[in-house]
Amino acid sequence: MKLYEIAHSRTGDKGDIANLSVIAYRAEDYPLLEKILTTDLLADYFIGQVKGPVYRYEVPSQCALNFVLHGALDGGVTRSLSHDGHGKCLSSVLLDIDLPVEK
Amino acid sequence: MSKSDLLRIGAGAAYAGDRIEPALELAEKGGIDYLVFECLAERTIALAQLSKLKNSQQGYDPMLVKRMQSVLPTCIKKGIRIISNMGAANPVAAAEKIIELAPSLGIDRIKVAAVVGDNVLSFFQSGAYPLPDPVSYDNLVSANAYIGVETLVEALESGADVILAGRVADPSLFLAPMVYEFGWEADNWPLLGQGTVIGHLMECAGQVTGGYFADPTRKDVNDLARLGFPIAEISSNGEACITKIKGTGGQVTTATCREQLLYELHDPSSYLTPDVTADFSQVVFEEAGPDRVMVRGGTGKPRPDQLKVSIGYRDGYRGEGQISYAGVGAVDRGQLALEIVKQRLAITNVPVRELRDELIGMNSIAREHSVPDQYQPYEVRARIAGRTWTAEAAQAIADEVETLYTNGPAGGGGVSKDIREVIAIASSYIDRKVISPETVLLEK
Repeated sequence: MKLYEIAHSRTGDKGDIANLSVIAYRAEDYPLLEKILTTDLLADYFIGQVKGPVYRYEVPSQCALNFVLHGALDGGVTRSLSHDGHGKCLSSVLLDIDLPVEK
Repeated sequence: MSKSDLLRIGAGAAYAGDRIEPALELAEKGGIDYLVFECLAERTIALAQLSKLKNSQQGYDPMLVKRMQSVLPTCIKKGIRIISNMGAANPVAAAEKIIELAPSLGIDRIKVAAVVGDNVLSFFQSGAYPLPDPVSYDNLVSANAYIGVETLVEALESGADVILAGRVADPSLFLAPMVYEFGWEADNWPLLGQGTVIGHLMECAGQVTGGYFADPTRKDVNDLARLGFPIAEISSNGEACITKIKGTGGQVTTATCREQLLYELHDPSSYLTPDVTADFSQVVFEEAGPDRVMVRGGTGKPRPDQLKVSIGYRDGYRGEGQISYAGVGAVDRGQLALEIVKQRLAITNVPVRELRDELIGMNSIAREHSVPDQYQPYEVRARIAGRTWTAEAAQAIADEVETLYTNGPAGGGGVSKDIREVIAIASSYIDRKVISPETVLLEK
């Protein structure tokens, strides 16, 4: 199963730190997100791209997780060499991640 | 508005280049009391400082005049007060410009307040506060503290029709009219926290009404081309409804509000602004009707003693070139092109600090992972970008992409080049008590 089947996401940036929300469409899918989407999984998925630690905040009131990726933006939008210096496209890349569960 | 009424605030811009028509629509048909324009990104203030150094009458938002020509006559006629950070590095010059502009818009009387005092460059130039790595006295360009609602509220008390600030925290632009209209105390942290939640939801304008949300078949959005900007209807107890004008495109739903609530957020229970340490973690959204979402549950703790400072510094240059390849073997030819450019830059001893190369359509966003091995797009755009200390070296990077036309793989086309000076931003802090922002009132 792909993450986009059960959740949506938006990326934000502050300096060299990207945050990616992962919001379950249905409340009943939120526990699955909490169980599967670990900081290790995210760090591995964005390997080579995220230079610093990855933090996760649980926001059950919104059926959401908020991932905070340090050193993810090549120095931040003001000096990045990427053509997506904000990292805005990362949310859609994250949603393509395979979840190790049967439908 | 009378004290018992709902306060209605519209968001007229999410960034400096935002669309103008939705703001005019809000002024004409939104029944709003305030129209807020958030137009100042982290780097914009540094670029504005450079502009002011060249010309003391410049340094405010380049689209100020265009926006005001569009909305000011309607706002003055209807008594809608405008609050914005379009003053950028020079709020006083921005205010003077509006006074100068008013007669041409048929406006006889107007009060414009400039909020000044966010420029804290002298504290960092003098060594009173240390410069964060890698900023030095040689490359330092600007330093601006994020200030909060206090001075904006003073400006509202002065009766100004238009308030132009510089580096104000984005949610504070919206919180100020709440504090002013409802008389919220400066240490009522729960109310200031809830007001900051509302400001945060509003500050990116169309991003809460269905902009930046559509993903066809998974998240369809109605009539996005006519996207309407948001209105917050706020009660004195802080409860609010996020909505938009009936008949405009887009949608306000729990899902659009959730995406925006978590946008540019780190710890949801501790969102630091100059006004409050806001807690977003217990916010509750409730759909109260079509395109109407109630917002409750935001709260807060005491404000931080220090203010965040954005420090602009010169960071050399960036040179970039792109070229397209299509058809069979596009990926191989694109990859060959990148290798050739890297070799030629080495052969010609171009001094490059850092180089990034990629195939757009293949691996420019999703880097080392998630692209299947056998994935072969029908067309790619080879891109190489480098960081240099000189403009000449940046130019050389771009030029080595252009020369691929006659000296590279077959069928390369559509070269683009970009060379720019890099003004980067570093963050630091300053003690709140050492700065004293104030209002400058101009009248006509």
